[in-house]
Amino acid sequence: MEKFIIAFIVGGAICVIGQILMDVFKLTPAHTTVSLVVAGAILGGLGLYDPLIEFAGAGASVPISSFGNSLVQGAITESERSGIIGVLTGIFEVTSAGISAAIIFAFLGSLVFKPKG
Amino acid sequence: MSNKMKKSLSPAQQKYQVFAKVREPSRPVLLNSFRAFIVGGIICTIGQAFQFIYMTFFNFTEVTASNPTVASLIIIATILTGFGVYDHISQYAGGGTIVPVTGFANTLVSAAIEHRSEGYLLGVGGNMFKIAGPVIAYGVVSAFVVTIVRFIIIELGGM
Repeated sequence: MEKFIIAFIVGGAICVIGQILMDVFKLTPAHTTVSLVVAGAILGGLGLYDPLIEFAGAGASVPISSFGNSLVQGAITESERSGIIGVLTGIFEVTSAGISAAIIFAFLGSLVFKPKG
Repeated sequence: MSNKMKKSLSPAQQKYQVFAKVREPSRPVLLNSFRAFIVGGIICTIGQAFQFIYMTFFNFTEVTASNPTVASLIIIATILTGFGVYDHISQYAGGGTIVPVTGFANTLVSAAIEHRSEGYLLGVGGNMFKIAGPVIAYGVVSAFVVTIVRFIIIELGGM
């Protein structure tokens, strides 16, 4: 049960960081998500993001910053296995599920739904 | 606005900038942050619930469970976007709906639906990544740089 509370608090906190980037630093939503992804990639490279996921579960893996982290993790694991070319072949290894799902459902959604408003 | 752009404005335009700045409604940062915290927290808790279900009933481990979790959240976001509900939630929650992966799905789906009138190939296919593209582009480039830097440090015998 405490896993859920930790996920709530950590996930909420990351969203507050995003909100502050938008409100205080006047970034657009696109700049905000890009900043978080880049931050996640850097934290992932330093090896700090995976411990956060272990601690907070979905609280750290659902926010978009984990996308940057998974890109880096995929590239690192593959580069350790097959050398420098692994950086290129491994980048999408972990995030493939998220990106493929988003593309496929976005396409199916555009077949089914009509624009609103 | 950057200083460079300010210099190229005429005096009247500069006066207007000052005029507009005073009248710009100030953003309720605390209230917005509170809403972002609650809604973002709820989305992550739903994600945690999915993760729990996949781990207990479908034999996923803590690490592998995040894939189906993200996919499930994306399906939900797609449906909510299609019915036009997600936009209403995001009006209320701001960063709380933009930061989670559901916001990423929302930008893809809404761009795809919006440009459907331009045809399925160039409309849907070409415009799908209009808003979500920067996230993938910058994510991949920064991941590449980070990994190369890490690779070099390890090769040189650091770490």
